[in-house]
Amino acid sequence: MESGQRFSLFRYAAPHLFYPLAGRLAPWFAAAAVILTLVGLYLGFFVAPTDAVQGEVYRVIFIHVPAAWMSMFIYLIMAFWSAVGVVFNTRLSAMMAQALAPTGAMFCFVALWTGALWGRPTWGAYWVWDARLTSQLLLLFLYFGFIALTRAIEDPRRADRAGAILALVGAVNVPIIYFSVKWWNTLHQGASVSLTKAPSMATTMLMAMLVMALASWAYTIAVVLWRVRPLILERERHTEWVGDVLETAEGRA
Amino acid sequence: MLSVFLEVLRRDLLLAWRNRADVLVTLAFFTIVACLFPFGVGAEPNLLRTIAPGVLWVAALLATLLSLHRVFSQDHADGVLEQLLLSPEPTVLWVLAKVLAHWLTTAVPLIVAAPALALLFDMTQSATEVLILSLLLGTPILSLLGGVGAALTLGLRGGGMLLALLVLPLFVPILIFGAGAVDAYLAGTGATAHLMLLGGGSLGALALAPWACAAALRIAVE
Repeated sequence: MESGQRFSLFRYAAPHLFYPLAGRLAPWFAAAAVILTLVGLYLGFFVAPTDAVQGEVYRVIFIHVPAAWMSMFIYLIMAFWSAVGVVFNTRLSAMMAQALAPTGAMFCFVALWTGALWGRPTWGAYWVWDARLTSQLLLLFLYFGFIALTRAIEDPRRADRAGAILALVGAVNVPIIYFSVKWWNTLHQGASVSLTKAPSMATTMLMAMLVMALASWAYTIAVVLWRVRPLILERERHTEWVGDVLETAEGRA
Repeated sequence: MLSVFLEVLRRDLLLAWRNRADVLVTLAFFTIVACLFPFGVGAEPNLLRTIAPGVLWVAALLATLLSLHRVFSQDHADGVLEQLLLSPEPTVLWVLAKVLAHWLTTAVPLIVAAPALALLFDMTQSATEVLILSLLLGTPILSLLGGVGAALTLGLRGGGMLLALLVLPLFVPILIFGAGAVDAYLAGTGATAHLMLLGGGSLGALALAPWACAAALRIAVE
């Protein structure tokens, strides 16, 4: 881990330095997630006006849209860490990818579930085979595939690298899947928030949604940091510093 | 360099010929899966004509999936794979030869059998031609992507189910464009765009998948 000392950018790529850092940062992100969620839900459910067309049911977007965003971002971040792991052969990046996957799958599921609850009163059906729903469902399968593959391989080094290849192959395929499914069928209303045109929603609604999106980010970071810590301990159990950490933990208990 | 490619291809084709029952079982599976659908949805000719392209494509997809374990598992078990990886020849080259052998022994028999099954679904001759063309252009992607999945799951417990979970979501675009080509032709909009996308997908997979497959094999054998 000498190289970690020389390049400050890679300093925390060393598991024994990242482990305490993750432990220190996680509670802060967790607190931020709780506060932002409370503020976001308050804005969304009490401050934001009732939608003229959809009535109260539209309020599900304050959970649905951030979850859908997060589920896609997390796959990208997973692919990013996988690429870093393949290129630099760092152990920590594969652990990060594996810590991210369950949260990504969870957000994917939340997005699908809340979408179904919104679809029933709005479209009259829990599920329609529309482009965005279908590609979200396929994204969930990609997450399941990644989790299943990395859990099925006993040797952690092989699991890391096989998972990295799968995540990268998946990342190449995600846009192809999206556009093919879009070509196949589209009923869904157009995206309400886009980067190119002004958003077509009230400012308070947008604020609530953005606060909820930030809350999802904070939640994801907190959960991933917490999840990666035991992974680090398990992988590095043969090292001296893990022995020290476990001894002090036992001493405290 | 080319000689490695040809030698591995020749060897895999010879092995497939010696075990030709495997190829026939895949073909029988394809036929039976396709034949199950009329029992499930009813034998109304118009309905069958409508679902035929999708049914035949799904059956081809599943047949390919079940045959994927043949690409590397036997060579993995008897150590040939390790020898090939240790050899100085470029991995991508012989991986491509193995995938091509899989395509020739799995997809080509399915494509040959497809017109007969199209008759069972009362497809018109011109629609069958489009279906065959879409299968010809689309099945190479199945073999190439499937090869990556087979390499990733090499020697794992529950490998078959896992392989399905890994590759079937990736096969969805091929299914959409493959079955869509026939639907578009029948709807009168022409199948050119779908077929071109399938061909483009094949070339893209040909350029990228062998590298991913070679990397996955190295990881699996290490």
